[in-house]
Amino acid sequence: MPTDILMPALSPTMEEGKLAKWHIKQGDRIKSGDVIAEIETDKATMEVEAVDEGTVTDILVDEGAEGVKVNAVIARLKGDGEAEAPAPKVNGTSAPLPPQPAPAPIAAEPPRPAPVVHQAPPVTTQDESAPGTEFVTQTVREALRDAMAEEMRRDGTVFLMGEEVGQYQGAYKVSQGLLDEFGPNRVIDTPITEHGFAGLGVGAAFGGLKPIVEFMTWNFAMQAIDQIINSAAKTLYMSGGQMGCPIVFRGPNGAAARVAAQHSQNFSAWYAHIPGLKVVAPYFAADAKGLLKSAIRDPNPVLVLENEICYGRSFPVPKTDDHIVPIGKARVIRAGRHVTLVSFSITVGLILQAADELAKAGVEAELIDLRSLRPLDTETIIASVQKTNRLVIVEEGWPICGIGAEISAQVMERAFDWLDAPVLRVTGKDVPMPYAANLEKLALPSVTDILDAVKKVTYA
Amino acid sequence: MSPPAASREVMLTYYREMLLIRRFEERAGQLYGMGFIGGFCHLYIGQEAVVVGMQAAIEPGDQVITAYRDHGHMLACGMDPAGVMAELTGRSGGLSKGKGGSMHMFSREKNFFGGHGIVGAQVPIGTGLAFANRYRNNNRVCLTYFGDGAANQGQVYESFNMAALWKLPVIYIIENNQYAMGTSVERSSSERHLYRRGLSFNIPGEEVDGMDVLAVRAAGDKAVSWCRSGNGPIILEMKTYRYRGHSMSDPAKYRTREEVDQVREHRDPIENLKAHLLNGGLATEDDLKTIDKDIRAIVTHAAEFAQSSPEPDSSELWTDILKDAS
Repeated sequence: MPTDILMPALSPTMEEGKLAKWHIKQGDRIKSGDVIAEIETDKATMEVEAVDEGTVTDILVDEGAEGVKVNAVIARLKGDGEAEAPAPKVNGTSAPLPPQPAPAPIAAEPPRPAPVVHQAPPVTTQDESAPGTEFVTQTVREALRDAMAEEMRRDGTVFLMGEEVGQYQGAYKVSQGLLDEFGPNRVIDTPITEHGFAGLGVGAAFGGLKPIVEFMTWNFAMQAIDQIINSAAKTLYMSGGQMGCPIVFRGPNGAAARVAAQHSQNFSAWYAHIPGLKVVAPYFAADAKGLLKSAIRDPNPVLVLENEICYGRSFPVPKTDDHIVPIGKARVIRAGRHVTLVSFSITVGLILQAADELAKAGVEAELIDLRSLRPLDTETIIASVQKTNRLVIVEEGWPICGIGAEISAQVMERAFDWLDAPVLRVTGKDVPMPYAANLEKLALPSVTDILDAVKKVTYA
Repeated sequence: MSPPAASREVMLTYYREMLLIRRFEERAGQLYGMGFIGGFCHLYIGQEAVVVGMQAAIEPGDQVITAYRDHGHMLACGMDPAGVMAELTGRSGGLSKGKGGSMHMFSREKNFFGGHGIVGAQVPIGTGLAFANRYRNNNRVCLTYFGDGAANQGQVYESFNMAALWKLPVIYIIENNQYAMGTSVERSSSERHLYRRGLSFNIPGEEVDGMDVLAVRAAGDKAVSWCRSGNGPIILEMKTYRYRGHSMSDPAKYRTREEVDQVREHRDPIENLKAHLLNGGLATEDDLKTIDKDIRAIVTHAAEFAQSSPEPDSSELWTDILKDAS
């Protein structure tokens, strides 16, 4: 039986990649452990090793081919002693990686055609770009990198520190190229020592520098939370206004895909709770860039909650030298009159999809991307509720004492008479994140959950 | 007194600075008993030689950071005693406008960076101040104080590692007063010689008689010169003793009265310096009495200010949470 070699996934979120290099050719005899190819994604490069032994009969994907789907057959082997017949197309039974369907690439969202560019949503209000602004298409990852690079060029006291930000080029490649441009004094690889380097960053900020501290993920920042809250957030107050702490803590927050309970926690509500911090959680690349630049310039500690799954998504970004988005301002990303959907970070993608579905049924949803969680732009939410009279809040985090709970309370306190239905929340389920693909999907909010909630508030 | 001879003037300055801390702390204890000071109040009585000796070893522009037993450090840095005392009483004339309290005071002007209430948290911060020095190549050093209790916190070792790795100009001063609250070093530490705690990071350490201001100064000079020469961090373990309880309410069950009395009798840093000055013919009783009188006046004024300064305006509740972004 010939053996299919399949395109492997380098990470649970990978959907496709580039076959950068073949190390084998037709007729080669290979044994398990031999490096047969190099695979590249926007995040990483990896060598692929053979699992099975035999002779290479077919190379099915050209070297340099881009966009090779995970689990596509890339080569074929025949075992020793097998007849060298053109192998009938078989389903892989043995491959470098288990040949099950690729893990749901975006567990938070139902499958959909993979768009290369996430189009700018139709913006009907509050478009911050001047008329005639040119746009370039960038991934969120590139936008964040550019934000740091621009600010580091502008201000010599800005530096980046964290695990693997330098030589490795960023655990998620967000800091790609920065070491080359700025050198090891300003792009600093730390030991794995979150509590220590978070506190060191605070000290450097007290000492007049403007640190950007990257956490490989916010999950690991729990080790450092004392320094973030007790030292960074409170010292200005405790010093009667003498001691500002101009520092940015940033990194991916929330669930990635298939990384289970300890690596999937969403900390939005935790940090939004703390006076003395500013907290932003952008979705679009332009907001990621503009908010990170604002965060670096801000004289206060600012937390930038990014999202691993969104790093690779592409959006238009204004082609200007200095694209700034103010902290504390939500954006109405689509106008509508029947119901308001509020969200932030990755679940903005869900409300956009839900709104498309609703439009087919004649329901016009107004969509608000919060962008900042502290300060929270309740004015924009309330203005929208006064128009639509119905509100659904969508977040990936847990429901109890969450962002949605806070917004519900504020809307009840300040816009009670404008509501025609109870405010509903669509959230992550109140459980630790399970590993199993089906359970993980159940644990995360979905478009269906949002459509169900909209039905309820519109009494449809 | 063993170490190198200091001039008469220098020794009189040390005497004066140590006495200021002693009298200030005694008065703070009294005000606490009278209900003017609330919450936690950790007195520095007994440990005065440590900060006075170390402060003498640094220059303006070098930084100081410590934990919550911090009144002595602030006075040694030259911060206004009346402002410190008024902070203890929670008044608007306090150095943090009454919003920080005993454990949370700062002075940009004097390069004193707090005043931190979480055991050990000041150690990475002090390491970060040293990082900023190295980033700027400004030849400044940071004195990072912590106690024998904090010496068992993980973040201290995370800091040691980075400081040694990046050769940061930081002097870690372990004020070993032998009790972390009520737990003795013997009952809490597998390695009781705390100056050895940096060995696995290749950080040199030295044990110093923290009850002898001249010994502290000598060790401080060496350490500062080590740091300024680009050698990275160094540890000084100051063997010292606190006479009072951990905070104001302290059951005093973990050590004997005799133990405390023994130290007061034989190792008191102020009495020993005084004897040295008098026996060596470097000062007369009258010289010292003049100093005593000055100090009493300063402390009396501080106490009066701390009681008469008004409470912060209620509008202060909502200020200093965030700085205005420009």
